[in-house]
Amino acid sequence: MENFDIEYIKEISRTDVRKCMKCGKCSGRCPAFNDMDIKPHQFVTLLGQGKFDVLLKSKAIFSCLSCMACVERCPRGVAPANVIEAVRDTVERMQNGNAIKAEDIPPIVDDLIPQQLLVSAYRKYRK
Amino acid sequence: MKICYYPGCTLKNQAKRLDDCARLSAEALGVTMEEIPEWQCCGGVYPMAKDEIATKLSSVRALDYAKHHGGTLLTLCSACHNVIKRVNNDMATEKSIRDKVNNYMRLDERYEGETKVIHYLEMLKDIVGFDNIKKAVKNPVNKKIGAYYGCLLLRPSNVMAFDNPENPTILEDFISAIGGTPVKYPFRNECCGAYVSLTNKSLTEQKSKKILESAAAVGAELVLTACPLCYYNLKKNGGDNVVYFTELLAKALGVTE
Repeated sequence: MENFDIEYIKEISRTDVRKCMKCGKCSGRCPAFNDMDIKPHQFVTLLGQGKFDVLLKSKAIFSCLSCMACVERCPRGVAPANVIEAVRDTVERMQNGNAIKAEDIPPIVDDLIPQQLLVSAYRKYRK
Repeated sequence: MKICYYPGCTLKNQAKRLDDCARLSAEALGVTMEEIPEWQCCGGVYPMAKDEIATKLSSVRALDYAKHHGGTLLTLCSACHNVIKRVNNDMATEKSIRDKVNNYMRLDERYEGETKVIHYLEMLKDIVGFDNIKKAVKNPVNKKIGAYYGCLLLRPSNVMAFDNPENPTILEDFISAIGGTPVKYPFRNECCGAYVSLTNKSLTEQKSKKILESAAAVGAELVLTACPLCYYNLKKNGGDNVVYFTELLAKALGVTE
């Protein structure tokens, strides 16, 4: 499992995309839908089709809120959020794949910012 | 009774009020929250990838401590609750994760998900009982209150098993117990925009405003939350009436001003 390829994403995503029946409920429920170039149901389909390069170029991986609404609504037990996270992890594990840098943080910190936000964003956008 | 308590990073800093009010209220209701020693930050978000092991260790350390000190771990921050409960589920059900964690940690006795993780609201409901809270209330809240659940307490429901993920009631029952009038609104279990507020402010702004508008439309005078990040996002986007649920509890019980 050392190569970054489609099998790698399938393996770390812990979900079986073959079970998808393409009903689109996940995307219908997604609160970040309008901000996504690839929609949640398309992530599932593209992974099944083995479109590694298309997945890796997605900007939507940084809009997913990990709110699990898609997972909750799926009638087939597929977890689109897991696929999105697996793609994001793969991108960030590559050289220069991180989406935020430490020096980006101080200018956006305000008096009320909760530690939880910084920790969470760092975990999501950096490896 | 005493119960092991995991506060988490934010409750020691920005959300100190959430923590202070919770401890005072619990004490008044006969529960002592014993902070576990040397706890470490949970990481804020549950790592979903199969090979994420190091990011789960802090949760397992807390869980293992609680296993040997009463068997229950109490959480309060929604994020800590979500992370620790899901990691605990992995330790109980995912062999590859359980083995890797145990091989690394080399505990005297393997940890296999034995600890029961409960959120403060579950403690109020199942250990204290909402009826007993009702009896202990000195200053009923007397306001229309909208419960805001967000995501972390409810989803994924097969693991969190907190409440009905589409139509939850525990916060409304809590509001009734402290003498308030719960008002339900459509966006109470929608996402506030979460950590994306650091990189994409407009997305969080849209999400948070929608929630606040939805609550205002049914006449909510206050909006209740258990999550410091929801609190921040909602406050930032016009939610002057957002409060932590423990603030109201403490006030109702007469343990704070």
